[in-house]
Amino acid sequence: MNEVLMEVQDLSKHFTVETSLLGKPVSVLKAVDGVSFSIDKGEAFGLVGESGCGKTTLGKILVNLYSPTNGKIFFEGKELTALNEKQRRSYCKDIQMIFQDPYASLNPRMTIGDIIAEPIIINHLLPKSEVEERVIYLLNCVGLARHQRNRYPHEFSGGQRQRVGIARALAVEPKLIVCDEPVSALDVSIQAQVLNLLSDLKSEFGLTYLFIAHSLNVVKHISDRVGVMYLGQLVEIAPKRELYANPLHPYTQALLSAIPIINPEKKKERIILKGDVPSPINPPAGCHFCSRCFKEFEPCKLKAPVLKEISPNHWVSCHLF
Amino acid sequence: MLLEVRNLTTEFKLKRGTVKAVDDISFTIDKGEILAIVGESGSGKSVTSLSIMGLLQKPGRIADGEITFKSQDLNKMTQKELRKIRGNQISMIFQEPMTSLNPVSRIKDQIMENILAHRKITKKEALARTIEMLDTVGIPSPAERANDYPHQMSGGMRQRVMTAMALSCEPELLIADEPTTALDVTIQAQILELLYRMREKFHMAVLLITHDLGVVSEAADRVIVMYCGKIVEEADVKSLFKQPLHPYTVGLLQSIPQIDDESDKRLYMIKGMVPNPLRMPPGCPFSDRCDSCMERCTQEMPELQEINGHKVRCFLYDKDMEGELNAK
Repeated sequence: MNEVLMEVQDLSKHFTVETSLLGKPVSVLKAVDGVSFSIDKGEAFGLVGESGCGKTTLGKILVNLYSPTNGKIFFEGKELTALNEKQRRSYCKDIQMIFQDPYASLNPRMTIGDIIAEPIIINHLLPKSEVEERVIYLLNCVGLARHQRNRYPHEFSGGQRQRVGIARALAVEPKLIVCDEPVSALDVSIQAQVLNLLSDLKSEFGLTYLFIAHSLNVVKHISDRVGVMYLGQLVEIAPKRELYANPLHPYTQALLSAIPIINPEKKKERIILKGDVPSPINPPAGCHFCSRCFKEFEPCKLKAPVLKEISPNHWVSCHLF
Repeated sequence: MLLEVRNLTTEFKLKRGTVKAVDDISFTIDKGEILAIVGESGSGKSVTSLSIMGLLQKPGRIADGEITFKSQDLNKMTQKELRKIRGNQISMIFQEPMTSLNPVSRIKDQIMENILAHRKITKKEALARTIEMLDTVGIPSPAERANDYPHQMSGGMRQRVMTAMALSCEPELLIADEPTTALDVTIQAQILELLYRMREKFHMAVLLITHDLGVVSEAADRVIVMYCGKIVEEADVKSLFKQPLHPYTVGLLQSIPQIDDESDKRLYMIKGMVPNPLRMPPGCPFSDRCDSCMERCTQEMPELQEINGHKVRCFLYDKDMEGELNAK
């Protein structure tokens, strides 16, 4: 049995969009709505979904950038959600994040050496005299040269900046890294470089990843298990081979069929979903996907399905099963 | 032949020097054809489309070349003459559906504006045509949604509105600059299907500009691969994906994780990054990243040459080299 590193139980994050005159919430956006899953040590757990499905919000809750409205987070058996702010902060070091936009996530007025050194100094990990050596080591790990530490972010390309972001996340020796769309802003040839770097670092430092992306082929490449999100809820979780070979939820099936394949002679059957993702402020009653589903039937509009284990490790939330 | 671009060179004069964003490219588009231009950021694909449309902003300018659309040279036309063609015979869909629509104007007014500028019809007829177009691109209850402002619509809907606007005068050539890049995969599939359907319906040609080889493989008839402002390879879509010739194209195809690949092997990487356009390597622009780089590549620029209808710019396929290659 694998050791569980992080477990999330019934996690929710609601944003109040509008309040009444007396301050009572009138309309609420349920960005994350009752999500439960666990990540094993040394695993890469992929999270896919379209924009607005709550995957980034979920990642931000895990690194304590948002506090959850509801639910529990366990990290190495310890309940993080029960801790006070000060105790909680001591765990921040163990869970780091790599951000989507390499242009916006680095302070333009700091040299990259300072950017990477900052988390080490704040967390008092090393005496001042050893910080520089550690920064040089980290730069080497991500494929940058030591003399580049005195340069500013604008002097780097997107791929190099993403490497700086990775080095900064690694600086505090985290156990779990939340990668929020780390390659979606990069060109194809640079994407491959960063993906390979992430897999190398994972085996080198024994890291665990929560890999958030909208691109299904990237998630498949890097993950061991994949969860599919739709409107704030997990609709399917399975080991990646199982999920890609045998998708059960109609949404997963549509997502997979929508990926263009790089072989013009192979035309595949495409499921074109009708309409757009509904607003998370007023999601459809019953199953959230029922307004776009091509297999919708009686109970879908009435009752919300729950996540059930259909075959070993393959969980799906759909009335068909 | 609908459009012929010959020896087009577009320059940007900067303080630090002149950047040739598009460097001596030639291609043609036939009636009803979908031609894709692929390349990474900075390869000059968007500048090519802006040059054709006459929409270049200073300091950019067309330094050389002819752009012939139905035997008229677009490059020699005045802005006034171009306005009669833009939005009418040639129209364009932009990458960002969020920023390319006017936020303070109802979508029906934006679409009607284009129709009224090019057709001698009454406002009432233009409105009817607008609603018909919105219906064609798959906007539900088009008569009501026509009164919406852009912010009331989702990204996919806005891209449909842009498509409706671009198609409202039944153009013969549609330039689609990254039409699906800002959209989710399920919406991307909807928009690509729409483009395909519109092509069948209006027999228009499409110049599809994208960085996504998946989209190219699904939608295009013929493909041009650009790198640093140059065409490095041109072929019909089947032979390009079956037998890519240029090392850059080969590398790009191998560096994409394949959805039907069951092995967990490392991805192929193209080393390094796109060179600074002010400091291009002498010779082939790809030479410093190429695995098959030879001495000659760092000294002279290879010519675009044709091998059985498949064009490639690389010394590996040079006629003089054939003996050497066979010897290997």
